Amino acid sequence: MTIDIKMAWRNIWRHPRRTILTVTAIAFACILLVFMLSFQFGSYDTMINSSVKIHTGHLQIQAEGYRDRKNIRYVIPDPAPVERALADIPGVQAYSPRARAFALVSSEQRSYGVMVEGVAPESEARVSTLEAIVDRGQYFDTTDDGDRAGVLLGELLAQNLKVDIGDELTILGQGRDGSIAATVLPVRGIYDSGMDEFDRSAIQIPLPTFQSVFNMGPAVHELVVVADRLSDVPRIRSALQTPLNNIDADRPLKALGWDELMPGLRQAINMDLVSGAVFYLILIMVVAFSILNTFLMAIFERTREFGIMMAIGTRPGRLMRLVLVESIGMTLIGVVAGIAAGCLLTLYFAHTGIGLGESSELLSQFGIPGRLYPQLSLLSATAGPAAVLVITLLAAGYPALKLRRLRPVEAMRRS
Amino acid sequence: MSAVVSMDMQIAWRNVWRNPRRTLTIMTAVIIGVWSMIFLGALMRGMLDGMVENGISTLTGHIQIHDQDYPDDPSIDHRIDNPQQVTDILQRTLPAGSHWTSRLRVSAVANNARHSTGVTLVGIDPESEARVSFIGDAVSEGRYLRDDDTNAIVIGRALAEQFETGLGYKLIVMSQDTSGEIASRAFRIRGIFQAEMESTEKNFIFVHRDAASTMLGTGNAVSEIVALLPDYNRARAMTREVEQALDNDGLSVRSWREALPLLEVYLDMQDTYILIWFVIVFIAMAFGIVNTTLMAVFERMHEFGLLKALGMRPRRIVKGILAEASLILLCGIVVGTLIGLLSCWLLSFHGIDLSSLAEGVEYAGMSRIIYPDVESRDVFGAGAVVLLLGLLVSLYPAVKAARFTPVEAMTRI
Repeated sequence: MTIDIKMAWRNIWRHPRRTILTVTAIAFACILLVFMLSFQFGSYDTMINSSVKIHTGHLQIQAEGYRDRKNIRYVIPDPAPVERALADIPGVQAYSPRARAFALVSSEQRSYGVMVEGVAPESEARVSTLEAIVDRGQYFDTTDDGDRAGVLLGELLAQNLKVDIGDELTILGQGRDGSIAATVLPVRGIYDSGMDEFDRSAIQIPLPTFQSVFNMGPAVHELVVVADRLSDVPRIRSALQTPLNNIDADRPLKALGWDELMPGLRQAINMDLVSGAVFYLILIMVVAFSILNTFLMAIFERTREFGIMMAIGTRPGRLMRLVLVESIGMTLIGVVAGIAAGCLLTLYFAHTGIGLGESSELLSQFGIPGRLYPQLSLLSATAGPAAVLVITLLAAGYPALKLRRLRPVEAMRRS
Repeated sequence: MSAVVSMDMQIAWRNVWRNPRRTLTIMTAVIIGVWSMIFLGALMRGMLDGMVENGISTLTGHIQIHDQDYPDDPSIDHRIDNPQQVTDILQRTLPAGSHWTSRLRVSAVANNARHSTGVTLVGIDPESEARVSFIGDAVSEGRYLRDDDTNAIVIGRALAEQFETGLGYKLIVMSQDTSGEIASRAFRIRGIFQAEMESTEKNFIFVHRDAASTMLGTGNAVSEIVALLPDYNRARAMTREVEQALDNDGLSVRSWREALPLLEVYLDMQDTYILIWFVIVFIAMAFGIVNTTLMAVFERMHEFGLLKALGMRPRRIVKGILAEASLILLCGIVVGTLIGLLSCWLLSFHGIDLSSLAEGVEYAGMSRIIYPDVESRDVFGAGAVVLLLGLLVSLYPAVKAARFTPVEAMTRI
């Protein structure tokens, strides 16, 4: 066997230029794939984490049907047993209850329909960025009660309503029991989330205030959960199944993962993956045909040589093996070099990031940060090169099969 | 025959086919590459076209005119008091085949007995609106609005489901009127529409503009005037003209590109992305082109040595190799382009259906079916990139061939 390898190695370097071009082609494809896949995966994680941490959380516990209908009557009757269950599950970083309803909010000059959210001041700060983005006035005092309650709203909404800190807002809506829910509250803090949609469409008030104004009793609509890591989410979900089933409620409680809360995000990511895969496969095929000639030449220009070898007793099977070892050797050199260079390139950019330039401001509307960091992982470093390896070997294998039918006398006649 | 095609070209053509297997192999690489450039390029453009169509037809139109404060604060206070003046100017300025319509558009709260939610109330003129936006064709149950409708309302199917309501039922709409008070009015659901995106169905409710005007106390004033041109690519130029004609009378005139800035960013970047794709595919091909040409050159060294010994100028040898390369490239480009155009044509019947990924599509603002969009600049661009860069990389083997001294060349076996 070792003599085969030695021969293969020497054969490869009989035409150094040709070999180098072939190896470089394979390496080019691998570098590109490692980098692009790392970039894609890195941006997905960034997108998911930034989207969920703003507001949605990694998981939410809601009454069945609330997500679709947003009906004020679809409640979690009492968050306490759910919170107890969550406290027992490892990997849960923080959780917070919320209640929501749509209402008309009026200032002295303007009225707008907005979503009113009741949030628990202390725990909310641990599950979303709300406290951090308040840039005028103050976040809720964690001991807020009815007397010192106030409203938090976004910069854009404050502008549209023409209010500033301390101005009063009237909130008018429909309570859980259908009665009129009305209250007057002062503006306590104004935030800027960087996402126009968000800043324009919701206001936050303390949860106890909400519950009393909208006649909720102790009920809430959502329990928002943030996990330590994105990968913990499925485990936490299954751990919640039994405790949730044991809670008595009009509508059963369900734990929804971020991909159910924002199905668009998961599907958009899948679409990106699939379209990426299509592009990559086509690219690999172009490379394969591009270097096919090398493998073809390796056989067809040595017909005479093979003829002689067969005439002195080499089995066709061994010839095939020899040629295959050459092809595998070249391919492996290319793949390994490609993975190495690709990883270096990716690690460099993972450190410095890739700026999105002018469009970054616009993309922040979607929660996409201005710099994207490719993320090297075992999958991204090997999936692409593996595909290159397989397709290249298929391309190399096909001509090798032709060796089986080689006849020594005819072969030796060729020059 | 030889008068039409020079002898050098004839020789080049015959040289190319001396080793058919090798030539066909590299040609296949070029064909696949060019096909992918055209086909995938057309799909990329088609996807963006879908996004633009969505944005435009939803309600944006090609040109929008508002009170200058309306874009940042779309409330009833910021309205166009003299719409007749604006429509007169549109009549004079816009090309034949354009249509426009005026709307009242404010945010409102819709209520029924058990539900309430925020919506956008759109008061339309049914006839002109049908020529400008999607709503004219979109009503799937009941009927569209008529000129004599005083209390009819058309809502989206997703909203009807959310409110657990249907045709014939009442819907109460509340909004702020011109005096700052909350105006509220009951409408009867006469039509239910379906739209490309669920958010459209949940957000927009349509009434007759006169009904909205009575409710909000706006008289003849409107919130926006929207125009649709025969060709959306002319929107920017037309917007400038309208702006000039209006002499910036406290009004903001925007083309759809300004109203949908995210799409503008994508569109601007798209040409660059497509070019980057072309270059990457070319690089993948280039290795093969150089390798193949090198092989062809080294195989014929003896021949080149002989030709040089007989007096052929090196430059002619270079030209010969380049001619061979260009013939291979051209054949590949032509076949690849034909196959690319064919596959685009075949796909244009049904498009690529993304309905199974409906929510992701909506999140990204895309339309559910993608049709390929073939642009001549892409087709020619692909051919140009492959031919020009292909010739460039073929220079290396060509020059190598010309450099052999006759003695070296002829002594090699």
